[in-house]
Amino acid sequence: MASTTSRRDFLKMTATVGGGLLLGFHWLEAEAEASVFNAALSGTGAEFNSYLSISSDNVITIFSPNPELGQNIMTSFPMIVAEELEADWTKVKVLQAPLDTKRFERQVTGGSGAVPHSWKRLRTAGATAKQMLVQAAAKRWNVSDTECKAEMGVVTHLASGRKLSYGELAADAAALPAPQDVKLKDRKDFKLIGKIVKNVENHNIHTGKPLYGLDYSKPGMLFAMIQRPLAFGKKLKSVDSTAAKSMPGIVDVVKFKNNVAVVGKSTWQVMKARKALKLEYEDDRAIESSADHDRIFSELMDGDKATVRRKDGDVNAAFQSAAKVIKAEYQCPFLPHNPMEPMNFFAHVREDGVELVGPSQTPGSARAETAKLLGIPEDKITLELTRLGGGFGRRLMTDYVVEAAELSSIIKAPVKVIWSREDDMAGGYYRPAVRYRFEAALDDKGNMIGYKLRGVGINAGNPTRENNFPSGAVDNLLIESVDHRSPISTAPFRAPITNFLAFAEQAFLDEVAQAAGKDPVQFRLDLLQRAKSNPVGAIRYNPDRMIGVINLAAEKSGWGQKKDVAQGFSVYFSHASYVAQVAEVEMKNKKPSVKKIYAATDCGEVINLSGARQQVLGGIVDGLGHAMYSYLTFKDGAAEQNNFHKYRLIRMKEVPEIEAHFVDNGIEPTGLGEPSLPPTGGAVANAIFKATGKRIRNQPFINDEVFKVKSV
Amino acid sequence: MATYKLQINGRTYQTEAEPDTPLLWVLRDNLGLVGTKYGCGISACGACTVHVNGQAIRSCTYPVAAVGTSKVTTIEGLSAKGDHPVQQAWDEVDVAQCGYCQAGQIMTAAAFLKTNPKPSAEEIENAMHGNICRCGAYHRIKEAVKLASTKI
Ligand code: FES
Ligand code: FES
Repeated sequence: MASTTSRRDFLKMTATVGGGLLLGFHWLEAEAEASVFNAALSGTGAEFNSYLSISSDNVITIFSPNPELGQNIMTSFPMIVAEELEADWTKVKVLQAPLDTKRFERQVTGGSGAVPHSWKRLRTAGATAKQMLVQAAAKRWNVSDTECKAEMGVVTHLASGRKLSYGELAADAAALPAPQDVKLKDRKDFKLIGKIVKNVENHNIHTGKPLYGLDYSKPGMLFAMIQRPLAFGKKLKSVDSTAAKSMPGIVDVVKFKNNVAVVGKSTWQVMKARKALKLEYEDDRAIESSADHDRIFSELMDGDKATVRRKDGDVNAAFQSAAKVIKAEYQCPFLPHNPMEPMNFFAHVREDGVELVGPSQTPGSARAETAKLLGIPEDKITLELTRLGGGFGRRLMTDYVVEAAELSSIIKAPVKVIWSREDDMAGGYYRPAVRYRFEAALDDKGNMIGYKLRGVGINAGNPTRENNFPSGAVDNLLIESVDHRSPISTAPFRAPITNFLAFAEQAFLDEVAQAAGKDPVQFRLDLLQRAKSNPVGAIRYNPDRMIGVINLAAEKSGWGQKKDVAQGFSVYFSHASYVAQVAEVEMKNKKPSVKKIYAATDCGEVINLSGARQQVLGGIVDGLGHAMYSYLTFKDGAAEQNNFHKYRLIRMKEVPEIEAHFVDNGIEPTGLGEPSLPPTGGAVANAIFKATGKRIRNQPFINDEVFKVKSV
Repeated sequence: MATYKLQINGRTYQTEAEPDTPLLWVLRDNLGLVGTKYGCGISACGACTVHVNGQAIRSCTYPVAAVGTSKVTTIEGLSAKGDHPVQQAWDEVDVAQCGYCQAGQIMTAAAFLKTNPKPSAEEIENAMHGNICRCGAYHRIKEAVKLASTKI
């Protein structure tokens, strides 16, 4: 019986429990000996094939399927499993799983969606395994499983005090049928979830272990860099690689599409030889400069063509009857993602299959694209995930993976393609540039009776979030967008669209509150009351949760009670979470200086308090830094900033104190990797207004005249 | 190509490289010491920081020919067991997000604390200002340097 439970049955049962999740132990086969040691731990090289395994000596191995780029998923996913498993966290080993779409779902890092997607599955995985361990113990003692308790990796028979460790029970438990409808823990009994748990990779990071794609190597591997067109809109006309080919360490120079790849024995040799290429380019598509974009923005803003995203009531009538109309334009520049680890990927295309290794936020699409390019089935391709030295959306793109595979297929050798910082910054993908025009109509009591937004973007798709606040709170509303198609490639950037829309909208609402003679916090609360009691049309946000973070941020920051510092307010809903922020600005040498930011976050259940705080702080620093300092401009299709000497990223001295608070409501977790970023720019711009009387409507703020004042 | 005998982490490594090869790439490509990271290649981010005779330098622009008999320490050799006070503090404060910049941050902090074991908050900021952390872990970096200073 027990020993005949086949692997297939086991999978079938667990599938129904976990909703497709392949939970379970790493049961090699029924005849496997008591040791169910994980392959990677024992070093035998067997395949990964489940979320968790338990060895006879009590090591619990939990596989983390999602790409880790600093969002700390490699710690928080296993915490969720271990919580329900009642594991001893000190005995848990976490391993990064390779891409395996048969065994894992959604191996993607993006959209702040990993924990919300997997929360129930992971809990069920842990709880089911725990239940099986308890049953195995009860059977051995010939008692009922209700008389047994699992805790810290040990099952205890309460009456007799007998104990068996998970390691001693693992093989037996494996043979049992997986129970259905296991009970999940009450949150008041959580021992790990919501606590501070340190990053499981700390030691490896602090001692310089090879973790990242750029660190990967294998015998016989070649190094390559690719010269791509230096400007968007150009194509390769000719290349003379004679000089480059004769340089030391250079194995080959190959041309494919618009690329010239220099292949050699070391990074430096390749970098040097690349400079010896003689290249000619010709115009292929429109060649655009930032000045063209400004003109395009103006034309499209005033043009009569736009896609209507949302329309409520009668805006024209509302604006005609208005006592006051407020109108303002906001603009944000292109930004490169600039993860600290530049793009890279290893590829080895062989006759019998393809090996890919490296950092990707979307390994599934990277493999699919590679299969398409090479015309081979996906199951001929393996993809091993390394740690990602940041992503920010750049590694949602698959270009750098496919390109490595294409090069390997041409040179028929294992190769790691490395991007320089310049390649990354000047030839990659960007956050799109956008200009917004907002208009608000107030009646004579200062109520917002009309609201208009037109967003014009360069390859931005829809630069609005038409069903977000303040939609639902205004009777007459029109939201439109216009997109200009450009040869400059764009991609999602941490908190796509909202990373600049939120700044513009929250700063504009501050202008409206001022015109209405209302306190900015009260103004928002009034609108939310309307959206709550009698919403206009469909809305995506929950007014109560937004009110909750507004009140928490106002309380923690002492909103409106401070005399010596200028405060600015902002609140935003994104990735199903809610964040309100108060920024505090002081004048220093006649220039505004951000002193402190308070953040109140409602992301439902917080998994790891340490990681969660990091995400909030990191998102705010990201939002503040880019709003304040960063921009990328184009001249004749070429990026004018290509490395950190010309492109400013926020550094230590520019970072204010930050206080992160969380709403403790026990709701199922919602996103956290992104939602703290969007509100920051608005809170800071509004505080700068309080301090200086000057509205900043364009990013980066540092280019505004309030920062150009001569200091004393 | 020239042959170099390099004193790194208390060992002697022999390797061949062109004289202008930055130490960074010799460490990474020739010697497999990949803990030292490439971030910009122009001394602008600090990811590649190592110690040469105890001083923090940017290895991405430091030619191998200039190393001579100097003693080089990389993140792999900062301590035998990963328990240098700075590494301990980094763990206790749980600093890393993506972690890519952290080797450079740790090496910068370790060299700094040797010259200034009890720094003020402002001195810490000045010392660490040259190291970019794209993930924005600056608060914890600052806190960890402070904590490390109590352990040294
Ligand atoms: S890689 Fe050397 S300072 Fe950036
Ligand atoms: S932790 Fe990611 S760059 Fe610093």
